[in-house]
This record gives sequence, C-alpha cells and structure tokens, in this order.
Amino acid sequence: MDPLSTIEGRAIPYGAKNVDTDVIIPAAWLKTITREGLGKGAFETVRAQPGNVFDDPEFAGAPILVAGDNFGCGSSREHAAWALLDLGIRAVIAPSFSDIFSGNAFKNGILTVELPQDQIDRLLEIARTDPVTIDLDTQTVTTPYQDRFPFDIDPFRKQCLVDGIDEIGLTLERDAAIAEYEKRQARDRPWLATGTEKHI
Amino acid sequence: MVSKPRTLYEKIWDAHVVETRENGTSLIFIDRHLVHEVTSPQAFEALRLAGRTVRRPDLTLAVPDHNLPTTPRLGASGEKIAIADPQSAAQLAALEANAPAFGIRYIDATAPQQGIVHVVGPEQGFSLPGATIVCGDSHTAAHGGIGALAFGIGTSEVEHVLATQTLLLKQSKTMEVRVDGTLGPGVTSKDLILHIIGTIGTAGGTGHVIEYRGPVFERMSIESRLTVCNMSIEAGARAGLVAPDEKTFAYLKGRPCSPAGEQWDRAVAWWQTLHTDKGATFDKSVRIDAEAVEPTVTWGTSPEDIAPIGGTVPAPASFADPAKQEAARKSLDYMGLTPGEKLTDIEIQNVFIGSCTNSRIEDLRAAAEILRGHSKADTIRWGIVVPGSGLVKRQAEEEGLDTIFTDAGLEWREPGCSACLGMNPDKVPPGERCASTSNRNFVGRQGPGARTHLMSPAMAAAAAVTGRLTDVRELMR
Repeated sequence: MDPLSTIEGRAIPYGAKNVDTDVIIPAAWLKTITREGLGKGAFETVRAQPGNVFDDPEFAGAPILVAGDNFGCGSSREHAAWALLDLGIRAVIAPSFSDIFSGNAFKNGILTVELPQDQIDRLLEIARTDPVTIDLDTQTVTTPYQDRFPFDIDPFRKQCLVDGIDEIGLTLERDAAIAEYEKRQARDRPWLATGTEKHI
Repeated sequence: MVSKPRTLYEKIWDAHVVETRENGTSLIFIDRHLVHEVTSPQAFEALRLAGRTVRRPDLTLAVPDHNLPTTPRLGASGEKIAIADPQSAAQLAALEANAPAFGIRYIDATAPQQGIVHVVGPEQGFSLPGATIVCGDSHTAAHGGIGALAFGIGTSEVEHVLATQTLLLKQSKTMEVRVDGTLGPGVTSKDLILHIIGTIGTAGGTGHVIEYRGPVFERMSIESRLTVCNMSIEAGARAGLVAPDEKTFAYLKGRPCSPAGEQWDRAVAWWQTLHTDKGATFDKSVRIDAEAVEPTVTWGTSPEDIAPIGGTVPAPASFADPAKQEAARKSLDYMGLTPGEKLTDIEIQNVFIGSCTNSRIEDLRAAAEILRGHSKADTIRWGIVVPGSGLVKRQAEEEGLDTIFTDAGLEWREPGCSACLGMNPDKVPPGERCASTSNRNFVGRQGPGARTHLMSPAMAAAAAVTGRLTDVRELMR
C-alpha cells in the first residue's frame, strides 16, 4: 500500500446518510476478477440521476469523499472499498461508519475520518469551491479558511497507514515466528505439515 | 502439573498459536486452505501486485465449484465445453491460471475429483481432525464434522493466508449444543440442525464456536456430522465441531491425502486426545431432546423460520419480538403464504437435491430410497440431483441411484454448487417454490423472486413425488 501522510485536494460533497454497500457498489458488479475497474460501478444508482456530484467535472479525481452518518452499512463485501479506491478516493470523512466498512477500508489503505455533523456541514459547504486537507500526522482536517478539525484514529491503524504497511506486511515481518511454528509442527504433527504433495 | 480442563475448541486453538499479541489477538497457523473461483481472484491479483508469493502452496488446494454450470463439461470428442456466461468463464479461467502460477494443486473442472470444496476436502483426506481449515466461503464450517476447526474468511483474509499461512484472530467463546435421546424414523441430521437453528436463532451462536455433543452426534455418521456443522454459520457461529472418534478415523483411513503408516498411528494418537475434558466449561450451553425433532421444513426467508412438517404457517403475531413479527410479515409476503395454512398443502414446482450441505452419497441414497419406483408429480416442472463431487457421482452411478432419479423424472447433473446460490445457470424462476436441500432460504438466494423451502434429501424426494411439502414418513417403506 502507498504510505499515507497528507491527503490534499478536492472533496466530493456527497453528504448522504446511511449509504449502504449496495449503493457504493451494486451486487451485479461482484462477479469480477480484479479489484480495479469497480469505479465504473461505484454509486451507479446515484450517478443515474442528472446533476449528481460524482459526475461533476469539478470533482473529477477528488481524493476525498464527505458523507453522512453510518457510511458503508450493509454487507461485508470488500468490493465497496475497492470501488472507492478505483474512483481515486483515499479518505472518507463522515460522522460515523459501519465497523465492517471501516475495517475493509483500512485493509485497503483508505482513511476513514469521523467528525461531528456541524463540521461535516461546514466541509460540505467549503468543498463546493475549495480543496480540503487531511494531515494524518497531526490528525487534523483543514480548509483554506482557517478551519481546523482534529480527529481520532486507532494508533495501530495510523501507524499502518503512515508506513504504508498492510496487515499482511506486518505479519510477514513475523516470518521467523511462523517458520519456528512450522518447524514445531513438522516435528510434532508431521502429517499436518504435508498437504497436497501426497497424491490426489 | 495438572493442566486446566479445556474444551475441544480450546485444544485446537492452543495447538495453532504462533504468537499472542498484547491486544489479545493471536497469530494462528492455518493447516489447510481451500480455494475456489469466486473469492480468490482479487487475492491472487493483490499478491501479484505486491510481488508476494504463496507461503505454503502445499497446504492449499484449489477447485472450482460456485460458477460452474452442472451440465456436461466435455463434448462428444472429449473437448472441454466453454462456459457461456463470460464473467463466470473469466473467474474459472483466473483460477485455472492462478493455481499453477502460484504452485497450488488445482483440481480441474473436468477431473473426477472435482466437486464442491466442502465435499472434496474431507473426501480427499485433505481435511483432517484437529486441523485449522479456512476457505473464502462461510460454509467452511462443514469440515468441523471431522473434528477440524474450520471457518469462512473474506478476500483480504484469503490473501493473508496465501501470503503468510496464518490469520490474526481473537479467540471465540465456546458454546455446547447437547442433544440427548434418539432421532425418530425419517428424522435426519438436516432436520436436527434446522431444529437447532430454530431453537437458538440465527444469532444464537454469534461470537461462539459450537461443539455438538451427546449420544445423537456420537451415533451419527461422518457425512451427517458434516451436514450439521455446515449450517453452524446459519446459527451465527463461525464454526461448529464434533469430536473425532473411531468413526472419523475409519472414514479418513486410506484417503488420498490422509496420513499413512507410522504417521497414521501418530495422528490417531493425537486425534484421540481431541475431546472436551471432563470439568471443562462452555460459555453457553443448550440442550435439545432428540425425540422432539420432527421432519422439519422452513416456511420463511431465514433459516430460523422452521416448523415441523405436520404444522402450519405461523401468524406473525405469534412471535413475541416486534422485530421478528415484522420480519415474519415480510417473509410471508415474499413466500406467498398465509398464516394457518397447512404446510403439507403448500405446492412445489421445483426440487433441488444437492449443495455442500446435502450432496454426499448418504444424502443421495436417502433421496433415492424414497424415489425408487415413483415418478415426480406432474406439477413438478424442474427437479435436479447434483452430486457433491465426481467421486460421489461415480459411486451413485455404481449403485444405480442415477437411474432411480432419472426414472423418476429428475435430472442427474455434474458436481457443483448449482441451485444453492443462483450464481450459475441453475436457478429457480421468480414466484416459484423449490424444495431444496441447501442451506439458505434468503430472499433471492436461488434466483430473483425464488421461494425456497429448506429440508432433508428424503423430504425433498417426498415433495418431488407428491408435488407438495410432504411428511416423508408417509412414503417410507
């Protein structure tokens, strides 16, 4: 994953509440074989409406999405995070997120920032015309108008995002411990240490 | 030193801890990883993008099942028949390419060993007692029937296991489901697990690993135990377990990947220690009387919506919980049923015998036993029997079961997930009912608008004969 420190750019002023994973990426898009390309299906039903923010050229390539309460509720499909990433979104700012969605977002290097509704309202207004900056290091969201909104983040998640390390990267750093376990297993339960090399 | 009494789950967990972290999570070693075409492509793609390899291809087995049509896969001159749906074809092609590229053993769609992952694993002796087994599919819980700790995982976790052969997990709570007594004639493991889900609810096992205990499970065949554990996830539990015993050892002996010789003896010696110690405690305990279990069917759109076949469609008002009342109203509306209607008056247009829950030889024998000498009712428009694997298919054909099915007017298909999940061409038409031996009766599960009634293979066979939900005991010889 790419290390994340400062995200600066236009923010899509979406603002909708209770956006579920079917809205983020409809089920018809689940029969894919790549994580890429899902951006085309992202917010498909929203984009069917004329004048929607996602197709507004003003926000093309925007790295930030500002949304309402309970963003990402519904199913556990990781395709929701992949679809946002494919749109170029690296951070979502909302009053709250579903647990599963924010876990999936984190696993895919997307920062989820929780801010109170009044600050969200202010960002929705400013985002229409101006860029927004998220500084992960100082844990603040700022605007060109002296707005400065601090946010909380789990220290483990912060570290992973800043270093660009995913969970797999962290586990791979435990290679020696895993190798030690494999050695123990080969000694104590050798029949489990061998699998398909025996003939099927 | 006397160690603290432990449950079976705790013993398997302890044997797989690589290390425990300060925040209470443990890095758990995964002994067996089953891979299929639907939840793996993005995991392989991510490995490739990150320049990572599969740590233990030898502990990984790939086999396609979800998307495959169950129509013949080889043409008249032995050529492979292409899959018509381009997206399904692409998912299959991705697995066919990814498995060898990462050094993983791949069972081809046309190989005799091909089948549903959860049928293939135990059948090949790849799934073993005391092993940790994962797959990107929630019905992985099935393998608990041979005493393995088995559970479904998401695509990021599939990638994590491929790359590291481990998962970061928090230990689950333990739950005992004890069934005493004896199941009556015509009452099977499927009726029992539906009854259990109806008793504890679809969230009854949430956060827990269930151990099924007591004389009923001890007497049960391995295939029936696989059926019970398979549906643990429908009770909210990530995994279900039955302690391995002599039956388990006899089932596994001589299978292609089972240990042999001196290793077999060592394995059995360890497996014999895999039971809950006297004095060990469970976080939750449920007791069920086997005599209270009748042949059971579902009436709604949740696996907990069950009733004995002699019963009626319930009134939403009969439920205490207002949320359940509302859910029942929606269910009945979707299912096109009226409260008070006798279950045995409900007419069926489709029959599906198959899925990772009920497609093993024992299931096919039970269905054939009811169908022998009968034809399907004229009102049954579509009935298919889908064996769980090529080896099950071959065995059934040797026993002449295929002829019993086709003589009855049912179709005999190639192995795969089929009409369990509406992802391949086998679908139930909108508004029609299906007597199904699968595991989920969710809205749209068997196709948009399809109405699913879950039941045992014998009960589905009985419904095929009469064209309505039927008490199998009336047809038993």
